[in-house]
Amino acid sequence: MLRQIEGSKAVADAVALCRPEVVCAYPISPQTHIVEGLAELVKSGELAPCEFVNVESEFAAMSVAIGASAAGARAYTATASQGLLYMTEAVFNASGLGLPIVMTVANRAIGAPINIWNDHSDSMALRDAGWIQLYAETNQEAADLHVQAFRIAEELSTPVMVCMDGFVLTHAWEQVDTPEQDQVDAFLPPYEPRQVLDPVEPSSIGAMVGPEAFTEVRYLAHARLTEALDLVPDVADRFAEKFGRNSGGLVRAYRTEDADTIVLALGSVLGTLKDTVDELREDGLRVGVLGLTCFRPFPAAAVRAAIGHAARVVVLERAFEPGVGGIVTQNVVTASPATEIHTVVAGLGGRAVTKSSLDRVLRAADRLPPLTFLDLDRSLIDRELGRLAAARRSGPTAENLLRDLGAVASRIG
Amino acid sequence: MAVTPIKFYQTGSFAVGGRLLGDDQRSVQSDRERINSIDCGHRACQGCGEALGARYALDAAMRATGNRMVAVNATGCLEVFSTPYPETSWRIPWLHSLFGNAPAVATGVAAAMKAKGRTDVRVVGQGGDGGTVDIGFACLSGMFERNDDVLYICYDNEAYMNTGVQRSGATPAAARTATTPAVGPEPGAVFGQGKNVPMIALAHEIPYVATATVADLRDLEAKVTRAMEFRGARYLHVLVPCPLGWGSASHDTILIARLAKESGLFPVFEAEHGEIVATSKIRRRVPVEDYLRRQTRYAHLFGDEPRTDVIARIQAQADRNIRRYGLLGED
Repeated sequence: MLRQIEGSKAVADAVALCRPEVVCAYPISPQTHIVEGLAELVKSGELAPCEFVNVESEFAAMSVAIGASAAGARAYTATASQGLLYMTEAVFNASGLGLPIVMTVANRAIGAPINIWNDHSDSMALRDAGWIQLYAETNQEAADLHVQAFRIAEELSTPVMVCMDGFVLTHAWEQVDTPEQDQVDAFLPPYEPRQVLDPVEPSSIGAMVGPEAFTEVRYLAHARLTEALDLVPDVADRFAEKFGRNSGGLVRAYRTEDADTIVLALGSVLGTLKDTVDELREDGLRVGVLGLTCFRPFPAAAVRAAIGHAARVVVLERAFEPGVGGIVTQNVVTASPATEIHTVVAGLGGRAVTKSSLDRVLRAADRLPPLTFLDLDRSLIDRELGRLAAARRSGPTAENLLRDLGAVASRIG
Repeated sequence: MAVTPIKFYQTGSFAVGGRLLGDDQRSVQSDRERINSIDCGHRACQGCGEALGARYALDAAMRATGNRMVAVNATGCLEVFSTPYPETSWRIPWLHSLFGNAPAVATGVAAAMKAKGRTDVRVVGQGGDGGTVDIGFACLSGMFERNDDVLYICYDNEAYMNTGVQRSGATPAAARTATTPAVGPEPGAVFGQGKNVPMIALAHEIPYVATATVADLRDLEAKVTRAMEFRGARYLHVLVPCPLGWGSASHDTILIARLAKESGLFPVFEAEHGEIVATSKIRRRVPVEDYLRRQTRYAHLFGDEPRTDVIARIQAQADRNIRRYGLLGED
């Protein structure tokens, strides 16, 4: 049913249609509206049977999901930013135990300095957690990916993280075609756990493993995750058959066939990129866009096939590794070592990624240095670097920058 | 769940809790139909108080639930000595996730059972004092506050024994551990406010809170049985001496646990809905010195220059407990 709806509400509704039996909630912006939506559905009895557990921290949220999933219930939670990092230990644990938990990450920057706005620093920091990571471009995709996520998670006994840009998607109102309950029921069979805590057939889950078998256990985790490279597109196809929409899969190419420059990105920025590319095409520039829906496991073959013919690839990073550069870039380099690859870090902490900035960078794609920060205020940086050079000391860098900007906080006192 | 009747071997008249008694007076352990939750062959140290406490507690909980129970375990000795791959000592459904999240994982299991309509299946969470008093404390308090249907059992051996005897929030004053060495003018753990988790649990006003020791195993069984009569959050704090960490003889585990109680250092009581309803009285009062002398973790108090001042402070703590909980029966 087509509805004008907030992204978070669309996701809450989609999750509810998947009939989770345990939902854990701890508030953190910009994720809050999702669990608020689910709280409403559970309290009103629309989503039943379902236990809605208000916990005292994100660490507890993931832990409750672990217990619920191991006991054979379909479990869901949502988080963002510091919350995801706070639950990190349990996030790794969930995949190690092979529990098909589905979690929404409403992507947000990591502090300090504290910042509630969108980038991908949170989920990218957890890229090695053994979870499948799917990134939504639109709210339609976010809703659809959740339905697919439960199916993928439960077929593989591996948890899935659905990442959607905080505020840009979670708080945006747009048209979303919400699936019907009978459609979802036909697509998503009930959860059948690989192993379950059952008094009738007792099993020990979470035993200690020493050096004699730990490598093999980790190898099997790798093998299971790489199976997702076949399963994710397969589930997307089956979803398309049932729902008549294409959302999901590994990668999505846009005007890449004849492109000599391809921009590769994840998430909601793909919309702006496609518009920019359309305009560049009108000027005769052969530019295309490759959207990455699945980041973990990394779809190396699909990426290589999509970019191999291009002269260069610009990877638009919404997070980065200080001291190294682009996170996604390194994966792309491994996938396609012969291709010329540039990194453009953009939109950190919610800074707008505008068409004009993208236009400027893409027109100069052949002259880009290996690492570029989009719309970087060089003068601010130079002033602080100058201060640091003059007196080597640790200090409140962010506060100094604020003072240079003339921000209000710096005027107090 | 299938039960294989257990064979008893005659090793002494009190060996398995009075099996010569009538059926109605028998302990869970002297019942041939007991489930044997933790099977033999695990790798606990000789004289391990935790292994003993866990078996009595879980078998009693299994009997109380008609063998429909799931156990959740925090990281620690109990988990490590019972599940080295590819072996397991658990004959009950058992889940280990992490060190600091056992109460929350137990909540998850309970929530799943509730959602599935399987309210007959009950949940027991368990951990040592590190996992309970320190790292898992926030999860424990959250579980209490929500009144989740979980019995949480803390096996308190008063330090991090699994990692080689380091101080925890439950380590008593003056005790030597690897991180509170017996050196300097104030050797061992410092005197502080302490962290009295049974009283903190009481303050949450959960349905049931109790303390117990492995010296009185019938009492431990009775408390677990009573705990399972309640729905909601329940907390049981069991003192389990650790021969390795306390520097005591393996055959003294029960004796030392008894001395902790009889000296007043470890008050044994029962509380319901925030009110203490029963106290286990001291039968033969002993000075704390009798308790301390049997453990090398306090050896520095009894050297060439005995620290009578420190022993007096510990005695004062015991005396305060005796007054506070009315342990002498003079209410």
